[in-house]
Amino acid sequence: MIEIINGGMLSTVQDYGRFGVMKTGFTQSGAMDRHSMQVANIICGNSPDAPVVEMTMVGITAKFTDEHRFCLSGGTFNSTLNGRPISNNKCFTAKAGDVLTVSNCKNGMRIYLAVSGGIDVPPIMGSASTNLKLHLGGYEGRALKRGDVLNTGKASECNSEKETECETYEKSVEIRVVQGPQYDMFTETDKKLFFSQTYCVTPYLDRMGIRLNGIALKGKDGLDIISDGICFGSIQIARSGMPIILMADHQTAGGYAKIVNVISVDLGRLAQVKQNDMIKFKLISVKKAEKLALKEKKYIKKLARS
Amino acid sequence: MNFQILQSGDSALTVQFEKKISKEINACVVALEKAVTDRQISGVIELIPAFCSLTVLYDCTVISSSKLKKIITALGSSIKANDSSVSVIWDIPVCYSRKYALDMDNVINHTGLSEEEIIALHTSEPYLIYMLGFLPGFAYLGGMSEKLFTPRLSNPRTEIFQGAVGIGGEQTGIYPIASPGGWQLIGKTPVKVFDPGRESPILYKAGDYIKFYSISEQEYDSIEAEINAGTFQVKSRESEI
Repeated sequence: MIEIINGGMLSTVQDYGRFGVMKTGFTQSGAMDRHSMQVANIICGNSPDAPVVEMTMVGITAKFTDEHRFCLSGGTFNSTLNGRPISNNKCFTAKAGDVLTVSNCKNGMRIYLAVSGGIDVPPIMGSASTNLKLHLGGYEGRALKRGDVLNTGKASECNSEKETECETYEKSVEIRVVQGPQYDMFTETDKKLFFSQTYCVTPYLDRMGIRLNGIALKGKDGLDIISDGICFGSIQIARSGMPIILMADHQTAGGYAKIVNVISVDLGRLAQVKQNDMIKFKLISVKKAEKLALKEKKYIKKLARS
Repeated sequence: MNFQILQSGDSALTVQFEKKISKEINACVVALEKAVTDRQISGVIELIPAFCSLTVLYDCTVISSSKLKKIITALGSSIKANDSSVSVIWDIPVCYSRKYALDMDNVINHTGLSEEEIIALHTSEPYLIYMLGFLPGFAYLGGMSEKLFTPRLSNPRTEIFQGAVGIGGEQTGIYPIASPGGWQLIGKTPVKVFDPGRESPILYKAGDYIKFYSISEQEYDSIEAEINAGTFQVKSRESEI
């Protein structure tokens, strides 16, 4: 078990998310940076989709009540085990009574803690993910706080020799996108502007979405549509002409035109952007995006096998 | 029925039918949703039916966009709007008592109808569920009598209770969970349209119909007790509409 001594800024239990429920108006949720979540899990011997703790900006302080392997992955935080600095993407073993501290963030925005056996919470509608808005799933449907006790599942037998290079996240990022369903609702000028300008990340960024600031787009004939389905990474242009990137806790449907959609493999990187970071978008083909997704899948598989 | 298949990222396609809100077009969406589901296409993760579009989410490492487009095009060209002439109707009890109908006076003043007339009209016809969204189990309903159209509150409430039944402009519906909102409240249902602990957490689906029936405060209390005891079954029936 893991006793939470300090819950940090926003620490929630997440897995891949809740699937097959969007048709009922239910948000998918799940880890914002799935890549880091999978890496953390694999390195400590879990299946890639085992429930983890997602931490934001300031992480948790926690005491292990028994021996556990664990791994951190994602943003770079000041992390220590019993006061001794530890790095990401490396497996550590904590003994009973050991204290893990994940304090402030130095690079990126989110870090994932995987613990051997995975975090054990009762699944709601097939998922361990926390839905903060509905107070459902995860640990009592909310962010972790002092006094919480997390159970863990049965750990696999595993060598803990796996290790991989840590990610670093730049202040200025290029995010690759493919055309969105309403791409044609925008003028050539809009499209040129969208891909040539550098957008600034506003303070309005959370698990639902990231609002950007830049030169407003206009659309050919307004930006409202009859509500249709939204996906993780859809970029809608609100009436203000500014983009909103829809993230893991996005609504299932919406009435703004979606100009483009972030490709799957760049979503993790996007989950690590912070206020005042700069984003430029690059349009690529769907075929290229599919190839990149396959490459990522192979990478994860290879890491799991190694 | 004509449609266009639009890319919505590398892992979703949106099948766009004629861009308008109509029963016929929505029936195509529902029919295509069924066809895609029945086909059990490997790699397809989930579907989001909306007013006049169906979004298909898939794993692009299992099936490519071009392959999936071909399958959907074939499925889409064989569906007909009248394929789903038999629909499920859910009978939902609503207590229109003033205890819950906080804005009944607004609706009376705006429509010029009496309370009895409002209740009679509101319970007279089944409403089509065009789509679910906004909140889990929030149904976008169509088919309310024009006589009941009432503008939203100018000052939305910061919290509307779960089960509230209201009118917002040309729409009517149920708040599945407590939520901020600006609809004129005319009643409350004891039925939990959304219950995460239930095998089917959401009672109904897009393409079904909801028909309200009026209950007294006493009936409300006894149904609520039955719901809490787990003995109440919401009535549903199949009917040609």
